[in-house]
Formats: sequence, C-alpha cells, structure tokens
Amino acid sequence: MARVSPPSEPAAGRLRVRAGRSPWPLLVPALAGLAFLVLPFAGLLARAPWSTLGTRLLMPEVRGALWLSLTTATAATGVAVLLGVPLAWLLARTEFPGRRLVRALVTVPLVIPPVVGGVALLLALGRRGLVGRYLDAWFGLTLPFTPAAVVIAQVFVAMPFLVISVEGALRGADRRYEEAAATLGASRAVVFRRVTLPMVGPGVVAGAVLAWARALGEFGATITFAGNFPGRTQTMPLAVYLAMQQSPESAIVLSLVLLAVSLVILVALRDRWVGAL
Amino acid sequence: MTVRAGRDGGAGGDGGAGPDAGLDARLAVDRGAFRLDAGLRARPGEVVAVLGPNGSGKSTALRALAGLESLSAGRIVLDGCDITVVPAERRPVGMVFQDYLLFGHLSALDNVAFGPRCAGAKRAEARAQAAELLERMGLAEHASARPRALSGGQAQRVALARALAVRPRLLLLDEPLAALDVHARASVRSELRRRLAELDCATVLVTHDPLDAMVLADRITVLESGRVVQEGPPGEVAQHPRTGYVARLVGLNLYRGTARGARVAVGGAAQAEVFVSEQCAGEVFVAFPPRAVALYRERPDGTPRNLWRLRIDGVERFGDQVRVHLDGHFPLLADITPEALADMRLSGGMRVWAAVKATEVRCYPA
Repeated sequence: MARVSPPSEPAAGRLRVRAGRSPWPLLVPALAGLAFLVLPFAGLLARAPWSTLGTRLLMPEVRGALWLSLTTATAATGVAVLLGVPLAWLLARTEFPGRRLVRALVTVPLVIPPVVGGVALLLALGRRGLVGRYLDAWFGLTLPFTPAAVVIAQVFVAMPFLVISVEGALRGADRRYEEAAATLGASRAVVFRRVTLPMVGPGVVAGAVLAWARALGEFGATITFAGNFPGRTQTMPLAVYLAMQQSPESAIVLSLVLLAVSLVILVALRDRWVGAL
Repeated sequence: MTVRAGRDGGAGGDGGAGPDAGLDARLAVDRGAFRLDAGLRARPGEVVAVLGPNGSGKSTALRALAGLESLSAGRIVLDGCDITVVPAERRPVGMVFQDYLLFGHLSALDNVAFGPRCAGAKRAEARAQAAELLERMGLAEHASARPRALSGGQAQRVALARALAVRPRLLLLDEPLAALDVHARASVRSELRRRLAELDCATVLVTHDPLDAMVLADRITVLESGRVVQEGPPGEVAQHPRTGYVARLVGLNLYRGTARGARVAVGGAAQAEVFVSEQCAGEVFVAFPPRAVALYRERPDGTPRNLWRLRIDGVERFGDQVRVHLDGHFPLLADITPEALADMRLSGGMRVWAAVKATEVRCYPA
C-alpha cells in the first residue's frame, strides 16, 4: 500500500502559476537576432592580438586618434545640447507657420547618408561654399580639413538625435507644472530654466548620450568635410578604416578601444539616465 | 496671518478697504459648442465657492482668473485694477492646483520659496520667508522633504504655502480636497477652513462637492453649463435650491410651479398639485427632503394632504437608509428604512402611494 504523505504547505515557489511556453515562431527569430548582434563582437574579441595589445595602444597615432575622437565628440555634444535643446523647445512648445516643415528638416541628417552630409557641408562651409566664402573673405576663416570641421560634421549628424529625444521629453512633460510656475510669477525664461529643464533632464541626458555615441562613430561626413590628417582630423573610425588597409591587427585594437569606451559610457550612465532611451 | 499688498505693487490698490477692493469679474470664454459666461465677485477676506458638475466650466473660470486662459469677452478687476490682459506671471494671484503640482525636483521649502525668488528676492531671503510660512502651516519638520515623501494633506499645505508666498490679492483653489482619500478629507477640510478664514485676500475655490462648498465658503456660486444659476450664502443655497442639480446635491426634491394660496400647481402636461402649509402666490419653488416621504402599498387613511400614486423606478442603498426612485406624474425620491422596504416587499415597477405632510414642504419665490 502506498504511503500517503500528509498534505503540507508547498513552498512558495511551487505556488507560482506557470506561464505558457514562449512560442517558437517568436523564439527562434529572436535568438537569431540576438546572435546577429552579438557574434561580430565575439569575432572581434577572438581575433584580438592580446599579447601585443599594450604596445599597440601606446603608439602615438592611436593615442592621437583616441584623444581627437574623445574631445571632438564631447565638443560636438556640447554644441548639440546648446543649440538642440532650444530647437527642441521651439518645436515642442511654440506654434509657428511651417513648424512641421522645420521638424522634417531637422530629421533629414538622420536619414541621408553621412557622406552626402559631408558633401553638403563642404558646399556650404567650404572655402568657395555658400557661407564659407564669406567666412574666408571677412574673417579669414577656413573650416574644411580642420579639427573644427570634425566637430561640425559630428554636430550635423548627431544633433537630430538630441533634438528628437528632447522634443519627445518636452511633449511628454506635464505642462501644468509650467502653468503652476507662471502663477507663481515665473517668466517664460525662468519657467524653462527652473521647471521645464529639470523635468526633461533625463531626456536631455539620454539625447546627449545618443548624440555623443553617434559623434564618436561618425565617419562619412568627417572624411568628406574634414579629411583624414593624422593628429588633426583623423578620428578613431577613420584610423580604424585606414589601419584595416595596412595592418588589420591594429584595426582590431582600435576597434576594441572604441568598443570599450562605448561600453564604459553606456554602463556608467545606464542606471541613472539612459533608462529614458 | 496677514498677507498684504499685491506682489507687483501697482495692483495692490488700497489693500482691501475701498469700495473697489476684492474681485469683480465677468468671465466669458467661447470654446466651440461650450460657452462660459459667469459673473464672479469676492470681497477681501471672503471665500467664494464655485460649485458645479463636471463640464460646467468652473475650472475654465478659475484658469481665466489665473491668466492661464484668455477671455473672449468680459473683464477681470482686482482691487480696482483691470488685469484682464495681464499675463499670469504678473497677476497678484496665487493658485492651488487640484493635484498640487509641487515641483518634484525641489524640496518643500524651495517649492514655497519659488514665488519669492521669481519676485526677485535673494535666495536666503526667499528661503527665510518660505520657512516661516511652512512653520505656520505646521510643516517646519518637513521643509527639506521632497514632495513625493509628503502625505496628501501635507502636500496640500505646501501647495497653499507656495501660493500664499507670492502675497496674492486673490487666492484660487481648484478642487482643493479632490486629491485626498476619504479619511484625510474631513480633517483637511476643517483645517483648510481655519486657514482660509485667516486670510485677508479674496479667495475663489471651485468644487463639485457640496459639502466642501458648504464648509469652506462664505458664499456659493452655482455654475451649470457655463452659467451662474444660483448665488448666496451656503445655508440659503442648501435651504432654497433653485435647480435640480443643487437640489440633488443637498438632497431635496425640488419642483417649480405656480402658487395660489396653499396650493402649488407643479409640472407640465401631467399637472400635479402640492399643498404647502404657508400662503404663497406666483412663481415658486417647492422643496421637501426625501426622508419626509412615506410610502404605502394601500391607500393610507388619515389626512396626509399630499398623496400621489407612483411607480417604483429603482431602489438603492443610501447611507443607512434606502433611497427609492419614484416615477409617474410626479417624480420624486423617498428615503425609507431597509426594514420598511422589507416589510412592504417593495420592488421595481410596483405602484405605491407616496405621502408628504404639507408642513414638511418648503415654498419660496422663484
């Protein structure tokens, strides 16, 4: 005769209602997609020349390119925030004729190939360009093929990310707080600075991180508008491309450095800010 | 508490003594199919409640007073100064919003100091003022708390302190108790009443809760579909409602009719007569509370002079009573005990006799 165990309270874990199994038509493509995104990095790590990593990293070209990339991407992000946040405010908070058109124009750099952007920048700001000829004639200022051109190219491709992110945050923010501030005597400028900006802060930071990452990776517009002069306009992506022609191992090292920098930024900001992404 | 002088100086006028002192406004706002057209007055120190159902335009009226909504016609005069087109930030008006809208990134103290800072006070000075206001509100120990750490009642006091910190000549409160749970509401209501009574600025609050209006206000303005339908002290409004909405709010059966002596002819096609105990003449309202109605299955003996045969339309629980909705040529509400309901085995669709003593019926000129 089988022994019947007395009914006892099951452990809490056993009481959980079991969810149905994930259906394979979703699961298989999902895993394939994940593999597609992760595998290239595995390749990068597998082929990395770990033994010579240290000496390669200390090469002056690498350090120069890395330093240039970090400083220009950061400067470009700064410019994008200074110009982009007010632009986002204009798009989200004011009504003016042609607002939809302006919004569409802002997103153009997101969709055009960066090389085309570089050509356009050259035609506008080049020495014979639409605006550039006056910069040259009046101020003796020549932008193309300078570090400033690197920053301009990066701002051009990265600012739309910031504008879109901040505009979304502004639209999502509860405008009644701004009204409350107005009843307390705050002018529109004060409302923006003391109420609106703190409310959309996470959106601004998320947009700035996106913009920084985009600027750091910028290639097409940079090489077209700023050229590829080591120490002056050769950023990390350009250096990677060039190295790939001559010594693929150097390219791998440079790629690893870029990957590490990106990951460090992402991880450092993730908990505090990038949740808004 | 003394809160004096308009914050932009010029609007202060004579600070509450002259004949122009306080609020005198006619607010007309057109918004498609909806039109608000209401007159509002409030003397310094007076609390006026705008009472109305959802969509009656009461929030629009308040927003117009605050300068958050433009008028299509009318004007707003505060202490003798026309502020109709003055932008919100330059009006000597403080507002407490329904869900308070305290700035989440600032402490309670900095929320209160926000207004004085905007008015140009130095940081330390603004904070000192704010600390004093919070102290008076009994919130000294919560000064450094973030709004989300405050209870509903505390948040409301911070919001009130924040609005008062700008030394308004007109204080606006939008549904001041709606964001509180039922338990907190009673205590916060009586506390708010005490605080409002201490103010010497004009106060306008909007609410859809008759109890809030009765307790907090010196005068009630009833708004329906954008128009003022009744105005008066709370007692007067409660005793003598002039629309079905107010009557339902204060729990009265209300009819409009023509009086001749002690009889009032009520209603349209199906004429009914209501007997009252006093003599009246002309257009009148007659009103009686649902608990004055007695129900019978058989025609009662004796002499209740008001007796109607009506159909039961519905029955609902109402406090410890049962509210019976009666339909027919003279629709009315009757409150009876659950025992009576069970004894008579009343149910929907049944025809019953409803009786009301003439002495229970109030009659007043329309």
